[in-house]
Amino acid sequence: MSDSTNKTPDGKWTPRIVAFFCNWCTYTAADLAGVSRMKYASNIRVIRLMCSGRVDPQFVVDAFAKGADGVLIGGCHPNDCHYVEGNYKCLRRYQMLKRMIADMGIEPDRLRLEWISAAEGEKVRRVVNEMVETVKQLGPLNIPCKFEEWDKEMEALAGHVAHSQSAAGAACPDHAKPQTAQTAHV
Amino acid sequence: METRKNEPVRIGFYVCHCGVNIAHMVDVEAVAKYVATLPNVVVSRNYKYMCSDPGQEMIQTDIREQRLNRVVVAACSPLLHEHTFRGATEAGGLNPFYFQMVNIREHDSWVHTDRLEATRKAMALARAAIQRVPHHKPLEVKKVPINPDVLIVGAGIAGIHAAITMANAGKKVCLVEKEPSIGGHMAMFDKTFPTLDCAMCVLSPKMATVGSHPNITLWTYSEVVKVDGYVGNFKVTVRRKPRYIIEDLCTGCQECVANCVYKEPKFPDAFNLGLGKRKPVYMPFAQAIPSIAIIDPEVCLNFKRGKNPDGSYTVSDKCKKLCVVACGDRKAIDFTQKAVDKEITVGTIIMATGFKTFDPHRTPYYGYGVYPNVYTALELERVINASGPTEGHLVMRNGKEPKRVAIVHCVGSRDENTNRWCSRVCCLYSLKLAHLILEHTDAEVYNFYIDMRTPGKSMEEFYNRVAEEGMHLVRGRVADVYPDPNDTASGRLIVQAEDTLTNRILKIPVDMVVLSVGLEPRPEAEDLRRLFNLSCSSEGWFLERHPKLAPVSTFTDGIFLAGCCQGPKDIPDSVAQAGAAAAEAFSLIDKGYVEQEPNTAFVLAEECSGCKSCIPLCPYTAISFNEETKKAVINEALCKGCGTCVAACPSGSIVQNLFEDQEIFSEIDGVLAPLPQ
Ligand code: FES
Repeated sequence: MSDSTNKTPDGKWTPRIVAFFCNWCTYTAADLAGVSRMKYASNIRVIRLMCSGRVDPQFVVDAFAKGADGVLIGGCHPNDCHYVEGNYKCLRRYQMLKRMIADMGIEPDRLRLEWISAAEGEKVRRVVNEMVETVKQLGPLNIPCKFEEWDKEMEALAGHVAHSQSAAGAACPDHAKPQTAQTAHV
Repeated sequence: METRKNEPVRIGFYVCHCGVNIAHMVDVEAVAKYVATLPNVVVSRNYKYMCSDPGQEMIQTDIREQRLNRVVVAACSPLLHEHTFRGATEAGGLNPFYFQMVNIREHDSWVHTDRLEATRKAMALARAAIQRVPHHKPLEVKKVPINPDVLIVGAGIAGIHAAITMANAGKKVCLVEKEPSIGGHMAMFDKTFPTLDCAMCVLSPKMATVGSHPNITLWTYSEVVKVDGYVGNFKVTVRRKPRYIIEDLCTGCQECVANCVYKEPKFPDAFNLGLGKRKPVYMPFAQAIPSIAIIDPEVCLNFKRGKNPDGSYTVSDKCKKLCVVACGDRKAIDFTQKAVDKEITVGTIIMATGFKTFDPHRTPYYGYGVYPNVYTALELERVINASGPTEGHLVMRNGKEPKRVAIVHCVGSRDENTNRWCSRVCCLYSLKLAHLILEHTDAEVYNFYIDMRTPGKSMEEFYNRVAEEGMHLVRGRVADVYPDPNDTASGRLIVQAEDTLTNRILKIPVDMVVLSVGLEPRPEAEDLRRLFNLSCSSEGWFLERHPKLAPVSTFTDGIFLAGCCQGPKDIPDSVAQAGAAAAEAFSLIDKGYVEQEPNTAFVLAEECSGCKSCIPLCPYTAISFNEETKKAVINEALCKGCGTCVAACPSGSIVQNLFEDQEIFSEIDGVLAPLPQ
């Protein structure tokens, strides 16, 4: 099994967290944390979107699939969204995603949604640090690796099927082709 | 030079040292070296100040000489310099939207402490941008014409100054004030530091100008209740509350006041903070602008007691209405007046909603509201003022002149239990009040301060001058104010404090205590923030776009800040800021149009399945359904670019410019790609 988890140069695992921050509140709050020289864990990688309503559930799933150990979404407080109600749409998707990732075997705590206003630099610091702690407790997620495992299982299964089919004398080549998880998730 | 289809992507990457701001925590050379190994990267450089002229020229030269067609800069926040580098990209001959910015200062070097980790993070973020830019498309900035009219909310000194500045330049100003008269806090002050000129003498000519200026529409006793639209084109609803006097007909003669059935003023007068009395019909104060009376339906005998559920009052017709008789032919009194909502359209808005003073009931150890001889500084301003309730005689509630006065600094400021900030004006106004007390009486004056803070032009000189007038300056926070046990009859108080210079506990008997209360955000600031879509600092002041570089702008384009609604400041600074806010509004208006970020969404008609799920999601009703083609259509003019519909489209057939799915997926991929060990 190959290991796609994030390592520091001395070989220790350290989590990677992908964050989607809305331009108007949370991204600005993160800027404020910077201007105020607050210190927090460096495991976070922020991707700026105009609104938390732009967070397509696929972005979250994709981030996990590509090796994120956690995903953080930041938006404006209820009633404060620059676009009126994008954050409510985000909340709905978040609740759906929580259930969905649990079904996929990903601990729901790896996904977090926070309302952080432009003035709350301190909250950025706290939330990021908490999130990194939580994810550290959970350990590496390593989904890309699981894909490989699943691919192998699928292949083995396909091999079985092909074998039993040829034994039965009826071949159905379409079914025998292994469907990789990789193609399924893209 | 535009990139043609299929032309290979050629990226120029630049990482900024920002002096040492980035370079001390991020190994910029290592970042540049790493990025040079990434696909499509043609140039990868690091430079001390990318935003400087040579930095920007470097980009332009590279675009031309290296035939770059994408530019990525890793520096500060895009909210700060994205515009600058888009400009440089354009000046080099490329469409500005072929540019992408990487934030490695605010989001990296300033917030992390491990250089290796910070460098690796910078690499990951840079990689995301490098993977993103090949998907960028050339886009065009939309230009929307701007309405030249301006709304100013709040008519204290800041709002007044901004209004006059704009009106003098020929702009139509609508000035909305919540109170029945303009003037704000400044109108209540006696003298102003450091010049000691009388506040009203400098303010009232400006107030009069506002009242008569042909370009200013003044709506007092009015409040903004609704704000729609965006920069260049705000639709604002203003509620004009009933004052039961028809403004156009009232001449300000005050015959109604003189003839009211109440022969004597009986009700606490808000302008004098309840220290004086007024009648049910009254003039807010002598120099009020507009010079129009107002009726208080809470106490006027011609109204039934108590509000109706909708906030209105019912006429009882129980009064003899001598006021109406006195008004005579002018017929300016109208007991049936109702609140009216007025809608206006403006292109820009200046917020000048001011502050409130700290309520000393929250510091009960100072005895405010318990001992009658404890005053707030603002109350003392009224007592000392020649047009105040005592006509300028410094006497206490018991009618006696104080022999000893204590002024307590920093009440509700610099205190973990109340407000942590320094209110900036209290030391100076305390010195001013001490000076005025000495001028008006023979009293001994004690100033209890924590630190004497007198920054600003001529302020330290002012301090030195008045300090020599014979006041006692005691360094120490007052801990307690209590009645003198040896003298309970006279209302004398003991002020207890630790003199931190001599390390002694002082217990000083005084007749009067003045609390130098700090400045706080107004209680309605939170509602205003919502209404105007602004942000507040954690203390509750309106948040400026950038503390140094955009101190009067807000995160909402077209809305500017002036005066104390943004934070405590003195009169000169409020006026200066009001001028700055007016200038910012001008620069928008005189340009004639606003540029809109082209981050709108559009529907790929071939792929739209016509499921309509996007339509109810749009808060701006920008999406409609074309019944003929059975496809959704987005009206670009209405779309504000949030991307909510894009995220919801089940067939992926809505695209948001600048934030296309592919662009984001490649960023996700980029930040997670394995880094060299
Ligand atoms: S803009 Fe921040 S959540 Fe919508």
